[in-house]
Amino acid sequence: MILEPMVGTLITSATRLLTGAQALWVGCGPADTQRVYFANHTSHADFALIWSVLPRPLRRKTRPVAASDYWEKGAIRRYLIHRVFHGVLVDRKHITRDQNPIAPMRQALEEGSSLILFPEGTRGNGEQLQPFKSGIYHLAQAYPQAEFVPAWIANSYRVMPKGLPLPVPLLCSVAFGKPMRLETGEHKPEFLDRLRHGLVEMGNA
Amino acid sequence: MNTREGLLTLAGLGGALVLASLVALILRMRAGPEPNPVLDNLSARIKAWWVMILLLGSAFLAGRTAVIVLFGLVSFFALREFITLAHTRRADHVAVFLSFFVVLPLQYWLIGADWYGFYTILIPVYAFLVLPIVAVVFGDTNNFMARTAETQWGLVISVYCISHVPALLTLDIPGYHGRDALLVVFLLLVVQSSDVLQYVWGKLLGRHKIAPALSPSKTVEGFLGGIASATALGAGVWRMTPFRPWQAGLMALVATMMGFLGGLVMSAIKRDRGVKDWGHLIEGHGGMLDRLDSVAFSAPIFFHLTRYFFTP
Repeated sequence: MILEPMVGTLITSATRLLTGAQALWVGCGPADTQRVYFANHTSHADFALIWSVLPRPLRRKTRPVAASDYWEKGAIRRYLIHRVFHGVLVDRKHITRDQNPIAPMRQALEEGSSLILFPEGTRGNGEQLQPFKSGIYHLAQAYPQAEFVPAWIANSYRVMPKGLPLPVPLLCSVAFGKPMRLETGEHKPEFLDRLRHGLVEMGNA
Repeated sequence: MNTREGLLTLAGLGGALVLASLVALILRMRAGPEPNPVLDNLSARIKAWWVMILLLGSAFLAGRTAVIVLFGLVSFFALREFITLAHTRRADHVAVFLSFFVVLPLQYWLIGADWYGFYTILIPVYAFLVLPIVAVVFGDTNNFMARTAETQWGLVISVYCISHVPALLTLDIPGYHGRDALLVVFLLLVVQSSDVLQYVWGKLLGRHKIAPALSPSKTVEGFLGGIASATALGAGVWRMTPFRPWQAGLMALVATMMGFLGGLVMSAIKRDRGVKDWGHLIEGHGGMLDRLDSVAFSAPIFFHLTRYFFTP
């Protein structure tokens, strides 16, 4: 369909008008390597924001990881996540042996995409970064080639706080930190801690 | 607008920019190939001036509504920068939303409708009283007075004050019919060239800092030279105004003084918040408010003086 890129452009333009969408490439540049951008999550605008600050060729290859229980509800959400964002949907609620949420992410990476991931698992209160879920560690194990890039989103909580679906125009920025990889022999708590520190560091930059 | 006069004005501004671009080019050739941040900033600034003058020029050609819409957008970007630095909380969200999407459009609509009695009090009276009521409903008393005051300040500076630039188009000045766009150009020309000339004089002769705690780059020499030359410029272009030469000079003096002092007030806010610029909208200049802080402070005064002394 020809419509989807137009909807995509509409969303990035609206995001720019509302937030100014500024990219701060602190620890790396906007390179065409395979990446997992992991970000703090405080607002529904977060996807669109990271998406808007990526250069267009990278944007096409970068897919958000999204919760199916939220995005499969309603025709508009379904349309947006599948046709416009090309989201990788994971089931947060029913994780079993055959319902491994890592599998679809790994598959997307194997197909050559980059990912946007919110490792807190849900939207926070805009003040404190929540503890990371362990999925990102398993993803790093399953696909060690990818660079894990911290992406700190500033101010988006104030654009659309939880429970108030009215967007307010405020300048937002996304600060990208140094790419990280799972070191050999690194255990889950250390890896998660290192990633979390990398992200917090971008928040204080 | 009178076409011949309008074209003449555009040609004058275009000529000044061509001159500036040439100077930048010569400086660049003299400096050699090494990267030079000062010259990069100068080129970016001149480029941004081209864009700003082209935007303003096309709005004037398209008519009064286009000028009002353009300044409405300017206010939108300015308010976005201001509220970003304010301490608003979740409880202010609806009040801030109303500021952007109801108060701002209404203010500019009232200017388009030439409803003077209402647009002079919409923000100082109605928004002033209603927005805190909207915020207080959410029951968050944390920092309430500061939050409310900051939202109101943002509206007054970014919307109320800036809207007085296009409001000049509604003034009915005897003997000045069809030329009122030139009054807008006069105000912007005088205030903006005062900013540029203060910078130039400061770079050439600046020795003594005028307000080191607020704005370390401003000097006494820059201030005196900038204000004096912008006032002389204002008196020199008196033909485009409804004023006599001495009146045009005096109006330019008032506007540039307000602009200078307003710049200090706005730097104090930036210093307080620990930022150098209001935003990153205009390359080389910073944000919208970095470029328009002086205009915001001079426009309402310029408007009222003109209205009081030159309209029946």
